[in-house]
Amino acid sequence: METAFTPFSSFGGGLLIGLGAVLLMLALGRIFGATGILSGAIFPESREELSWRLALIAGMVLSPIAIFAVIGTMPALTVPVSPASIAVGGVIVGLGASLGSGCTSGHGVCGLSRLSVRSLVAVPTFMATAAITVFLIRHVFGG
Amino acid sequence: MKLLFALLTGLVFGTGIALSGMMDPAKVLNFFDLAGSWDPSLAFVMSGALVAASVGYRLVWKRKAPLFEGRFQVPTGTQIDMKLVGGSALFGIGWGIAGFCPGAAIPALGTGRWEVALFLGAVILGFWLRRIVAPLHQPRAAA
Repeated sequence: METAFTPFSSFGGGLLIGLGAVLLMLALGRIFGATGILSGAIFPESREELSWRLALIAGMVLSPIAIFAVIGTMPALTVPVSPASIAVGGVIVGLGASLGSGCTSGHGVCGLSRLSVRSLVAVPTFMATAAITVFLIRHVFGG
Repeated sequence: MKLLFALLTGLVFGTGIALSGMMDPAKVLNFFDLAGSWDPSLAFVMSGALVAASVGYRLVWKRKAPLFEGRFQVPTGTQIDMKLVGGSALFGIGWGIAGFCPGAAIPALGTGRWEVALFLGAVILGFWLRRIVAPLHQPRAAA
């Protein structure tokens, strides 16, 4: 399935994602890593560690609703894979991102922008395995 | 005040995710489908986010401390080990199967799509599995 190439809205959205990361650093001195934020909210170490994560997650979840309130449509979202793929992929994402201490936001945005050596290894690794996985599913096994 | 700031930060980040197209698995998977219906938009998302975070972090770090905490808590590890590489490789495989990553799926939950809830439930199961296969030795090391 083709999707439209959207360089301007994608770059603009990217700027906002980066701004979100900067605001969290300014306010709380933390890295905006979705894996760390979500797992810290599910398995909290203290009340203090839980509350800001819940507030941050609430803001994230509210964002499509805020967009709907302003422009009257929800952001487009097409799921081209089966529910089984979502479930299996999700478990692997959760296991892998927590073992590797980060995902697209933590290693990709925050880690690369502060030139973390670990992130400079992690990002090409997960980008490569994601591309190989999509190639195998779509072009070898003909998913 | 701290929690309100965190909520607004989540809203900025989530709006960026929605605007950028990261929330849409069809677009994400096409970014990785170099041999098929390739959509380079996500490279623009990453560029925008890196520009904003690289510049913004350096401005924020001119301060002695964040607004609501005593100090910046930035990961300082430089160790490249099997957990980092293997975990990141796994994360990429899961991302390529499902098309969602945690930072995109949390805001996507606000669209009310059941597939997103399924994905996040599976991610949390993956976090839990990680705690079984590789118990945490260090306090926390996100990204």
